[in-house]
Amino acid sequence: MAGAADAGAVATSAPAIELRSISKAFGPVRANRDISLVVRRGTIHGIVGENGAGKSTLMSILYGFYKADAGEILIGGRPVQIGDSHDAIRAGIGMVFQHFKLVEPFTVLENVILGTEDGALLKPSLAKARGTLRQLAADYELEVDPDARIEDLGVGMRQRVEILKALYRQADILILDEPTGVLTPAEADHLFRILENLKSQGKTIILITHKLREIMAATDTVSVMRRGEMTATLRTADTSPAELAELMVGRKVLLRIDKSPARPGRTVLEIEKLCVTDAQGIARLSDVSLSVRAGEILGLAGVAGNGQSHLLEVLGGMRPATGHVRIDGKELDLSGPGCDGRSRRAAGIAHVPEDRQREGLIMPFHAWEDSVFGYHTDPALQSAPGLMDNARIRSHAEDQMARFDVRPPNPDLAAQSFSGGNQQKLVLAREIERNPDLLLVGQPTRGVDIGAIEFIHRRILELRDAGKAVLLVSVELDEILGLSDRIAVMCGGRIMGERLTSETDETELGLMMAGMKGKAA
Amino acid sequence: MSAMPKWADLVLIPLISLSLAALLSALVILGIGEDPVAAVRMMVTGALGSTYAWGYTLYYATNFIFTGLAVSVAFHARLFNIGGEGQATLGGLGVALVCLALPWPHWALALPAAALGAALFGAAWAAIPAWLQARRGSHIVITTIMFNFIAASLLNYLLVNVLRPVGSMDPSTARFADGTHLPTLHDLLAPFGIAFSKAAPANISFLLALAASVAVWLLIWRSRLGYEIRALGHSEPAAIYAGIRPVRTVMWAMLISGALAGLMAVNTVMGEAERLVLNSVEGAGFIGIAVALMGRNHPVGVFLAAILFGFLYQGGAELALWTDIPRELIVVIQALVILFTGALDNMVRMPLERLFLALQKGPA
Repeated sequence: MAGAADAGAVATSAPAIELRSISKAFGPVRANRDISLVVRRGTIHGIVGENGAGKSTLMSILYGFYKADAGEILIGGRPVQIGDSHDAIRAGIGMVFQHFKLVEPFTVLENVILGTEDGALLKPSLAKARGTLRQLAADYELEVDPDARIEDLGVGMRQRVEILKALYRQADILILDEPTGVLTPAEADHLFRILENLKSQGKTIILITHKLREIMAATDTVSVMRRGEMTATLRTADTSPAELAELMVGRKVLLRIDKSPARPGRTVLEIEKLCVTDAQGIARLSDVSLSVRAGEILGLAGVAGNGQSHLLEVLGGMRPATGHVRIDGKELDLSGPGCDGRSRRAAGIAHVPEDRQREGLIMPFHAWEDSVFGYHTDPALQSAPGLMDNARIRSHAEDQMARFDVRPPNPDLAAQSFSGGNQQKLVLAREIERNPDLLLVGQPTRGVDIGAIEFIHRRILELRDAGKAVLLVSVELDEILGLSDRIAVMCGGRIMGERLTSETDETELGLMMAGMKGKAA
Repeated sequence: MSAMPKWADLVLIPLISLSLAALLSALVILGIGEDPVAAVRMMVTGALGSTYAWGYTLYYATNFIFTGLAVSVAFHARLFNIGGEGQATLGGLGVALVCLALPWPHWALALPAAALGAALFGAAWAAIPAWLQARRGSHIVITTIMFNFIAASLLNYLLVNVLRPVGSMDPSTARFADGTHLPTLHDLLAPFGIAFSKAAPANISFLLALAASVAVWLLIWRSRLGYEIRALGHSEPAAIYAGIRPVRTVMWAMLISGALAGLMAVNTVMGEAERLVLNSVEGAGFIGIAVALMGRNHPVGVFLAAILFGFLYQGGAELALWTDIPRELIVVIQALVILFTGALDNMVRMPLERLFLALQKGPA
């Protein structure tokens, strides 16, 4: 375990970063309150906290995106003013964002030098960068083909390019925001090896993550934030996931999901030889066959981008396909005029999409307007043909928000002013309360805080226990293992195999996700 | 959530923007050696000082309400309809064809028919760019601009070669029959004992524009189609998720937008000129963009902005007529208003937001 490396031994000099009483408010919202933090040189320091706890604000202050209302930043013992990202880079801070900031049609090399070109001509800069990159690759296990185009690289590789960009700018302090969200377990392991390497060469790393397991595995020290305050800074070796979770939410949470055994009934969803080819002619789904029965949750495990999203989109009517899909024996139209979200809803399919902000909600709409999104054609919601019964919709939304504990329970707020977890509750409330025969759920708890995760899991289980079929897609293996009754694994657009949750484990699923055929079940 | 209260967003920002535009305009007028105070007085008298002045202001405002609403409806679907000019041109053709087709006995019959003709022709002219956008992804800004030119050429051809009465030297249609004469505000207000100028062109189309504003409000904020238009405008992936058909919705939004622009012709062609002439739109299609921008794409805002631009248009014309201030300067003043209320919106908004933040922090 990484925590075994003694963090105290390297801390003879001044701390890499010291924050003194940082405060930042956005209007009435106090995002950071009197935060002090010491990160020692040559350590990996984790920061955990729920959504909206103020982690991102703090890092944005450190990287010069926001200016703190009060407080001091010291880098290497010297007070610095960080007015923008240039100041941050000059102070030796590099940031790897959750959403990469790369120019996709450019090569790795071009992306690395972007913004640091030496003159009007690119050639000398490129040549210099090529040499530096070779050195960095050798030093830190960061091999990337410098001439590959970003668009041809997988997410793991792209992340390496982001790290290389920071190192090329001579960053001594590297901040990584949710770096493993999009990685396979193997890629994540590789990332942590790289971070270890960087640490052993004296770099300081700040790791922001939701995943307590990663904190435990990779960090030397960990700070917990809650509601804008730094509630604790601990040596990782001296703490436990349970303690961290408790510090994050301020109460004990169930990390394991309690559920009764499933009582599967009739087959609700039958998928047979489903194929999808995208606009570029690449097969995204190949001969996918699956079935989900009433009263069970089928978990679809896989690394993001291996066809799960396409499958959900086909079932949700957002994308045409070939093959057969039946709901309670009735054939769905997969490519004709009946292939849209509206007819899927009419067939009893509800859909919690993977990306709630891009698909599941209209962000500037009032919560009450979003509460019927997709069901807005329901005659019961019209006061006259073609006219929406807004008063009725609003009062429904108010009840719904109360039942799903959406906070604040104000239907007049825009969807974008709710936190991630509450946005997800809005979507879930809308879909579950329609009492569907089949619920499609994509990434139900991505970017959702721990308190809300528990709530969302419980609601999905309740739906199952009410005899409904649930198809769950998640990149969180823990979530798949915790919720599903059966698990199917996808890789490269194919089903690699199916397992009963009780008869499999993370290792086997991990192998299947990596493309190794599971043993015949 | 924005820190700014709604009234500041809706009232304060446009007011400040306007004041800045007025201030700069005053400096420009000073710069050419004229008296800005006298100029303002002249504009106010010329545009608002009499029922005659009001009659012109409201006449222009009627045009701008229609074109402003047209831009707003399209914009709710995130479509930038620059083609109001061409759609209104074709709307004029629709009005003329209807008015010339039958010996209309009474305006009450001719008006609905002409309005229908205007709306249909305007919508048809918007339909082609809309279809190209929805199906082929051709950018609507480019296609609608091109369709403005095509509309102008088409009208030119039709007026010179087809619709011009035999023997006439003037590229225009014959005069419409008396049965198509629309009541002016003078005619409408006389029964109530209000004496309104007989010579001013403002007519019943102004009421039609008010009705169109209410209809657009109903459409955007109360109807299912409006809900779908707004949803699509904010996020196409979300619209597809919800089962909203983008092609259909884009078509509807643009057809309605084109129809509204076309309706403007009822005011100009039927209400004022009583025949179809070249360039009867006179740039109102473009002013509609500024009106929609300033009116925040809301019918109430569009109405108020249209009145303001009607004032500028009429006041400016008076200024050019009675002073040495050249006509070009009026265009400069209008451009300044557009610049400050539209393009430089953030210049006012951001400091104001900071101010409100600071105010809120104080008591907290």
